[in-house]
Amino acid sequence: MTETSPPIKALIQSRALNKAYDLRLVLRQLDIDVLSGECVALLGANGSGKSTLLRLFAGMSKPTSGELTIGGWDMPREAAAVRAQIGMVSHKPLLYDNLSARENLRFFARLYNVDTAVREERIARLLDKVGLAKRADDRVRAFSRGMQQRLSIARALVHQPAVLLFDEPYTGLDQEGAATLDTLIAQARDDGHTIVVTTHELERVPRIAGRALILSRGRVGYDAPLTGTSSQELVAIYTDVTGMTRERER
Amino acid sequence: MNTPFLAAVLHIARKDVQTELRSRELVATMGLFALMSILVFSFALELDRQARVEAVSGVLYVTVVFASILGLNRSMTSEREGGGMDALLISPIPRAAILCGKLIGGALFVLFVSVALLPVMTILYNADILQPWVLITLFLGTIGFSVVGTILATITVQTRAREALLPLVMLPVALPVMLCAVRATTGILRGTPQEDWFVWVQLLLVIDVVYFGLSLVLYEYVVEE
Repeated sequence: MTETSPPIKALIQSRALNKAYDLRLVLRQLDIDVLSGECVALLGANGSGKSTLLRLFAGMSKPTSGELTIGGWDMPREAAAVRAQIGMVSHKPLLYDNLSARENLRFFARLYNVDTAVREERIARLLDKVGLAKRADDRVRAFSRGMQQRLSIARALVHQPAVLLFDEPYTGLDQEGAATLDTLIAQARDDGHTIVVTTHELERVPRIAGRALILSRGRVGYDAPLTGTSSQELVAIYTDVTGMTRERER
Repeated sequence: MNTPFLAAVLHIARKDVQTELRSRELVATMGLFALMSILVFSFALELDRQARVEAVSGVLYVTVVFASILGLNRSMTSEREGGGMDALLISPIPRAAILCGKLIGGALFVLFVSVALLPVMTILYNADILQPWVLITLFLGTIGFSVVGTILATITVQTRAREALLPLVMLPVALPVMLCAVRATTGILRGTPQEDWFVWVQLLLVIDVVYFGLSLVLYEYVVEE
């Protein structure tokens, strides 16, 4: 490492991270480390701060106080550098439905300044990877929700980001679509991407993630590896952590 | 390596034009609204020839500003519903490039509708509207409405009452643009000496520049949360 390169400890690192909307503190004193290549499930009840934390990781929002670095780049000081390393899949497709699958990927590849020499080849490879090669020139509005979500993953991967963020990606998917999404997330994890996924589908978590981080009222209520943890055990932990918080508040 | 600013602006504007060429949703909505408006004004006002020439610039800009509101609201709503705005916000491009790209796309559609109105208005209002300075004023007015409309639509689209809110907040802010454009156009159509109306064109240009500068500064705060 040269003297000018930023020191990389964890790929995503937060210290005493706070986020407030007006006077309401949504995230409180978060110390989180996500190592390179990890797949972390970010869990919690509605309003626990999961999506807010993901928006901070994605560079869409600025921390109120505390430190947040991604790949050694500081948020919000080096927000553009942070965003260049992030690919995001949301419950919304983040696609343009009057453009074809290929045109959507081409547009985002251009926005991320993907080299012209490799752009078309990469788009073709990604469309093939998500099983949409034959529908590449069809408009997205004709796609099912599952197909849109698969294309959304291709969009998130088009600039080869180090970090993939999934915000409630299973919303609106049928069983088959959700299973396909599991496979694509597992592939991305095996390809070495660092992944943070928020979901309420707890039974899927042990299959895709290596670690669970449960947020409760803006704080980390639980943070541990999932090795050997069954989905039933995770549900019990989740209920315990979120239930304990409610009990404390009474 | 980050995308150059100008390239990002052009990619966004081109994407907006490409999607509109496919759907023709915005131009059709704005165009039909504008056509209906000038027809209604034409029948409702029942003016003689001289009075029609006096009224034509007011009718033109009232129609254009309402058509802009309609188009920008629709454009921003579809951008937000599909998550397109979020996709732009997580990309490593300056926020100002998003504003400029959206602005160019929006202004092109409004300008297209505005220019298409002129021959119809020439016939209906029996006024010689197709003059170079009328077109220049219309261009500057359209830019002004689009600048104001783009940033305000970005704010109001996040609210539930977006359809009602945009006209309420945009009309007072767009009033200086409209005032200058109407005064200049009326002067041109009356055939008064250039020095009588040219100051309004200059003022319109200054207002456009000021509004554009303010939008560039404020846009990052507008899209932040």
